[in-house]
Amino acid sequence: MKRIKCLLAGLLLTTSFSSLASNGKLLATPGVSQIEGSGGGGIVPWAQLAGYASEDEFSVNGFCSRADVTDYTLDVCGAQLNLFNRIELSYAQQRFDVPALDTEIEQSITGAKIRLYGDIVYSDWPQLSLGLQHKSLDDGAVATLVGAQDTSGTDYYLAASKLHLGAIAGYNWFWNVTTRYSEANQLGLLGYGGGNGSGKVLFEGSTALFFSREVAVGIEYRQKNNNLNLGEQDWKDLFVAWMPNKHVSVTAAYLDLGSIAGADDQTGWYLSVTGYW
Amino acid sequence: MKSVAIFFICIILLNGCSSSTQLSLYQKLDGKAGLARIVDSFIYQIGNDEQVIHYFEHSNIAHFRQGFITHMCMLVEGPCEYDGDSMVAIHTGMHITEKDFNHVVDLLINAMNEQNINHNLQNEILSRMAPLRSEIIKI
Repeated sequence: MKRIKCLLAGLLLTTSFSSLASNGKLLATPGVSQIEGSGGGGIVPWAQLAGYASEDEFSVNGFCSRADVTDYTLDVCGAQLNLFNRIELSYAQQRFDVPALDTEIEQSITGAKIRLYGDIVYSDWPQLSLGLQHKSLDDGAVATLVGAQDTSGTDYYLAASKLHLGAIAGYNWFWNVTTRYSEANQLGLLGYGGGNGSGKVLFEGSTALFFSREVAVGIEYRQKNNNLNLGEQDWKDLFVAWMPNKHVSVTAAYLDLGSIAGADDQTGWYLSVTGYW
Repeated sequence: MKSVAIFFICIILLNGCSSSTQLSLYQKLDGKAGLARIVDSFIYQIGNDEQVIHYFEHSNIAHFRQGFITHMCMLVEGPCEYDGDSMVAIHTGMHITEKDFNHVVDLLINAMNEQNINHNLQNEILSRMAPLRSEIIKI
């Protein structure tokens, strides 16, 4: 309830401060907010920096997201600061409900991303960014119980993205490819490293078609570690993002998260709202 | 995985449909008359915009209108030859920012919406104009 109030307050603020908002990018081109707080899709961090700041502006964005699958629920709220479309700083707090153990796992994530090259719309080559996400469990009891080596870790990623205008049957086509080095088990909610291995380079990708300026439909894929030998599987989603203006975006998705901590077939729904200042 | 397959099948089907039409982009836009309507709406959008109107303070509107229509006509492969000043020559010294450039793109989209140009044709036009950006901004 507190989170919902928080979100509503945020949306009100968005409206009242809209005259101060940065709006130097084209509609929808920043993407939305990813579950670890970075600008991206839903599960994959993208090369775009969050928010509408162009190179002469800065912007602040806030978001909340919920993923509800068969046996678990993940709530995330966070914020990003975009400095001159060169640097993105982000913070997110995750709360993962595990009803079977009657427990909640909380994790905080601090992120940074730097745009190395390009613009997803205009440059000849794809936009390229380098980022990191430092994650730390508030309480590592569950992670230790399932055999994780650490209760905090840092992911590093390199992302490339491009929007091709009118590329497919006249619709704008977007793609993003990310490679990530990570030791995390299930985002780090089950700790870092384990008996079956630790750090690995993982592949992630997203692609979408814009059926209008405001609506994109796409898919995502995220490769995962299996350090704990609990059958952790790659993640997939099918999403619809609605970006009616440069102040708010709403994303809904169908998730297929495979097996989580021994519970198979974790499918369900995702909803995320981002406000842009 | 099934959803992924369906997604790509949809994309392929969409592509199939688009290649069956015979009209050129210029014709789909109703030729020069259609382009003139877009440009007139665009000039009206700019004229009412506080953020970018100052770039046009010393412009000859009639000259801009004619030049823009001819340039667009050429970009959409109409029977026109744009022989006006180069993009670089026109925009040098204007110091147009990324933000203002994108704002003008927004205004052009508004103008195309006003003239009921469908989404896919709009994207065609934008994709032909986008490469000019480097000859327009920050000079």
